Formats: sequence, C-alpha cells, structure tokens
Amino acid sequence: MTSVAPLRLAPGHRNVGRELAETWQARDLLYTFADRDLRLRYRQTALGVVWVVLQPLIAAGIFTFVFGTVAHMSSEGKPYMLFTFAALTGWNLFSGILTRTAGCLVGNAHLVSRIFFPRLILPLSVMPAAMVDFIVSLGMFAALLMIYHVAPTLALLTLPFWMLLLAAGAFGTGLVAASLMVQYRDVQFVLPVATQLVLYASPVAYAASRVPEKWHTLYFLNPLVAAIEGLRWSLLGTEAPSIGSVAYSSAVAIVAVIFGVIVFRRMERGFADVI
Amino acid sequence: MSFDNAATAPAIAVRGVGKRYYIGHRARPTTLAERVAQAIKHPFAREEREVLWALKNCSFNVARGDLVGIIGRNGAGKSTLLKLLARITEPTEGEILMYGRVGALLEVGTGFHAELTGRENVYLNGTILGMRRKEITARFDEIVAFAEVERFLDTPVKHYSSGMYVRLAFAVAAHLEPEILIVDEVLAVGDSEFQRKCLGKMEEVAHAGRTVLFVSHNMQAVSTLTKRTLVLDRGACVFDGSTADGIAHYREMQAAHADTAAAYGAPPGTKGNHVAAARAITSDAGGTHRWGKPIRFEFDLEIPDVASTLSFSFQVVDADERSVSHLWCFDRDARFRRDAGRYRLAFDVPVFRAAKGSYTIRTFLSDRRTFTEFESLAQLCPFTVTMEGIERQDYNWEAGESAYLEDHSWTLAQEGSSDAPQHGGFHG
Repeated sequence: MTSVAPLRLAPGHRNVGRELAETWQARDLLYTFADRDLRLRYRQTALGVVWVVLQPLIAAGIFTFVFGTVAHMSSEGKPYMLFTFAALTGWNLFSGILTRTAGCLVGNAHLVSRIFFPRLILPLSVMPAAMVDFIVSLGMFAALLMIYHVAPTLALLTLPFWMLLLAAGAFGTGLVAASLMVQYRDVQFVLPVATQLVLYASPVAYAASRVPEKWHTLYFLNPLVAAIEGLRWSLLGTEAPSIGSVAYSSAVAIVAVIFGVIVFRRMERGFADVI
Repeated sequence: MSFDNAATAPAIAVRGVGKRYYIGHRARPTTLAERVAQAIKHPFAREEREVLWALKNCSFNVARGDLVGIIGRNGAGKSTLLKLLARITEPTEGEILMYGRVGALLEVGTGFHAELTGRENVYLNGTILGMRRKEITARFDEIVAFAEVERFLDTPVKHYSSGMYVRLAFAVAAHLEPEILIVDEVLAVGDSEFQRKCLGKMEEVAHAGRTVLFVSHNMQAVSTLTKRTLVLDRGACVFDGSTADGIAHYREMQAAHADTAAAYGAPPGTKGNHVAAARAITSDAGGTHRWGKPIRFEFDLEIPDVASTLSFSFQVVDADERSVSHLWCFDRDARFRRDAGRYRLAFDVPVFRAAKGSYTIRTFLSDRRTFTEFESLAQLCPFTVTMEGIERQDYNWEAGESAYLEDHSWTLAQEGSSDAPQHGGFHG
C-alpha cells in the first residue's frame, strides 16, 4: 500500500509541493465546476447564448450612438460600431473573469465550509466559461466584420497575447477581491461600481488618442489602456499601443497574479472559519 | 509494506490538537467600510473578542483498518474534530498526521445542485469528493443501482423525493475509495432499510482494510458498527476505549446533565439559520410529564437568511435514539420563508401519548428546494414521561414496554354463556 510521507496538518504548516500535486490531481473538479456553471447558465435562462451575444451588441450600440453619433469622436477611420465592439470583447473578458473570480468563494460558501478540495480550483474554474463567452463574442465580431466589409489585418495573430494579458490581470485582481469578500461582504457592492469606473477610464467607448496630452501620464497608469488598445489593434488594425505601455501592462498583470495567489493562499486557511 | 504490519500500521495520529474560535465579537467589523471607519476612529484599539476552544488538547491514534465511533453531546467538539480531520479548517495547535487518501462525508450530497439532473449531480458530487471522472464513469452503473434511481437519472434532482435524493447522494459517497473514511451522522436521514444498507456498506469498507471514523448520535449504529469509541465533552476527549464502556460513559454524562439542560440555548456566536432556543413545556416541573397531558414544544428560530422553502421539524426520540414521533411546520405561507428575523414556533400536542420513559428532541432546519441542511441538533430538552395518576392493576408501568399507548377497549364474552359480556379498557 502507500508508504508515502503522511499528510501533516498543523498550524501554519504548508507543503507547497504536495498542494501543487493535489491541485493537479483535482483538475477533473475544475472541469466539473466549469461544466456546472456553463450548464446552469444556459439552462436557467431561455436566452442563454443569445444573451452573451446581445449584451455586448447593445453596449456597443449605445457607445456608438453616444460617442460616435452624438459626440462625433474619432474611431480612427473604422466604423464606430466595430471600434467599440472590438474593445468590448476584451473588456467583457476582463470584467467577466474579475466578477466571477471575486464571487467564487462566497458563491460556493456551502462547499468551502463543508468539504476540502484545493481551493484554487474554484477561481480557476471560472476561466472556461469566460473563454466560451469570449469566443462567442469573437464570432459575433467576425459577423460584424463581414457586414461592414472590413478585413482583419495580420495583427490578428497577436490576439492570444492580449487575451492572456487581460485574463491574467482580471484573475489576479479577482483573487484578491475573492479573499477580501469572505471577510468583508461589502466588497461585492463596491466591485461593480469600481469596474464601471474603470470601464470609462479605459479606451473602450473612445480611442486613447482622444485623451488630452496633459492627462496622458495619469491615464496610462491604468494598465488596461494598453491591453484594450492592443486587443482592438489586433482585431481591427487600429493604432497599436506603444511598446512601453504594453510592457508596463504585462508587468502589472504578472504582479497581480503573483500577489493574488499569495493573498489567496494566505487567507485560504481561514475561509471555512469565516465564510 | 507487508500484510502483517498493515494491521498495526497507523492511519491517523492526533497529537494535542486544539481549535480556537473567536465569538461574540460585537465590535468586529463585517464590512470593509466599517473596518476602515474603525481604523480611523480607534487606530490603536485592539479587537475585543471572546475565546472559545471548540477542541482542546485532543490526542488519539487510529490504526489502519480500525472502525472507531465518536460520540458526544451537541457542542462537545465532534464537528470541529471532523472538520480538522477533513481539512476544512486548520488546527490552532497540535498536529494531525494522516496516512493515506482521506474521504470525508460531513453531509449527504455536498455540492448537489437542484437544477442539475441525477446524472450530472453524480459527476459533480463525485469529483467534489475527490474522484476522477474516469472512476465515476467506471462505477456509474453500480452507483445508480445502489441508489435505485435508474428511471430518474435525467430528471433534475429538485423533483426527487428526499428519500431518492439521499440514496443517490450516499451512493456516490459509498463508492468513493479512500483509505480513511470520515463519516458524520449521515444515517440520521433515510428510511430504516436504507440506513441498514449504509451501515452494511461501512462495515464492508472497514473489512476491506480501510479506516473508518464514524460520528453519530445513534447509539445502536455505533454499537453494532464499532468496537472502539471516543467520547468528547466540552472540547476534550474524555473517554477512549471499548464501545460498550463508551456508550455507558456517555449515558452517565447525559443523566448528569439532564437536570440542568431541560431547555436548550444556542452557543453564543452561532451563525446562519439556527435554533436559538428550545424548550419542552411539560405538565410538571423539572422536565417531568404525566402521560396523556397536553405538552408544548417551543423553538426560537433565528432566521437571518430567508429561503423560499425553509422547513422546520423535530422528532421526539427515546432513550434508544428511536424516533417515536415527528412534528413539522412545512407551510407554504410560513412567514419565516419570506422575512428574516427571530421567530417563536410553538407546537401543542393535546394528548401526548409517548409511553413511560425518557425522551429528547432532535431538530431539523433545512431548505427543501436546495436540500440545504442549515442545522440539525440532537439530544435537546431531555424530559421523562411518567404514568403518575394512571392506575394499572398487577403490572407496574415499565419504560420501554412500548413506544406509545393507544386508547383501547376490550370485550370479554364467555362461550356458551348467556351472561352479558364484560367491558373494560384504557382511555388516556
């Protein structure tokens, strides 16, 4: 039978190697959670898939009307609808992962307080559903390209990079929010307001180039600026973000993930006692 | 490892384990806004909190293949010990060593989702319990056959009867193959035949050389299943030895507490939907009830989280842990399903028929639709029923001669006689 070292449970005792192995062994659970979330979403709402398509379409329509038609902002020569829709695909990926990751512990409180499994599986399992939404949205974008007779450029090849950048940033931030939310429930009310603010502080409804020069330093502190501009460039061939801003954005994303995982792991021992 | 020393090889070693909780932190902020406000107002103030050791200095060893029972009153630390062994929470002091894969069954159907079908829930629950999808697929037919739900596999479990639900949930868990199995009071649910099946399964597991820790209020189950028992009381392990002695020790503890604990009050700091207080209002003082008199059971329910099918029920349980009566409030329009708050729920029984003996109460607070059990308490409000004032010729009333007494009349006629038949009977 097994002659491996026993599992030791003691205050503050961590065995990173063992935990990594356990997380890997629990990969089926990740799949099951993702499967559950997708099934439930599409089963409970008759509009399931339609909603995923409709939501960014409506949002893009509103932005197009307000910023394009009313305010006559520049969309760098592209149809305004395409211009905002491209950015919204990225924005929705970011906010979708952030919101779901943030709520994953409180939303599964009954599991966390009743059974052990590698806790990191919960936030990780929100990824597949977010990716499905992203792909549906990309399909929609492809249809829009055809409708507007716009051809994608070679920049499209960089799409996975922007996707990863946005997902990593959202995941890291989400992990911190999830850990905080266990202790402080008002985080769940603050978060939607904060994301809404960040949406307007990011070049989704407008081009970053429209931001007045004197605000640039401050504006580019938002790491999402480069990521969203980059995604739009890759989808639509608009103006590319500068290398410097992309490097900054990537660094922030990496730090966010590392910091998020550390916070999450530090807090996870106490989740069941507080939740 | 050879077979010989497998019998004495350790499975679990618990050394001086304790678990501390902080309770009654009235001053403790639950929102970030409060936390920040507090930090600004009282930057150097330290949180005032009361310490509760749910478990203290607990030590024991379990050898591989052992089947050990754990008993104790509510709040004795059983659940805390299980949570530590199951890795749901971390000990505050001491250490636990576990040799082998651990499977914990702290409730039936953890993670079951009402909207998903039976089939989907088998996979969901199975993987949560630590099985691989491949393993589940391989054992799927076995699981379904054990649960006897073949025809309803593709029906959402919200349409299941609670019996079907429990059977399916236990079936998944029973097919888990951990080297150490930790089971909490899951047998309180389900009909008696299913309970037998579950007990059989656990015995099988133990015979296969795996280790089982079994927590229960059901002394019958503990004594048939285990040879060794731990008794916990107020966070301490007060007895470790043979099951027969353990149960005797537990009964003594019960008796010693019976006088003082006729009413139940929830421990401070209890969170979520729970029974805050329970009382059995008997005909006489001191928890004594004269047979046939009206009795009242009162429960103070603290309901912070409203659930649309919140249900409360309780059993009157005799000294052998058998339920003699079940009373419920499952009303669709019950206000505690709509509004959060504190409620007093009183049950009046005009003629209480339970026979002479001692009884306790077991409560169930749950949500039917989502199959969430908020709380289940046992051994509440001990009281005794006496036959005082009711005469019976020649034979004294004995506790345990029956569960309850029926009104009855008898007619005695002599064959071949023209005399009028005699009449008599019993009317409570």
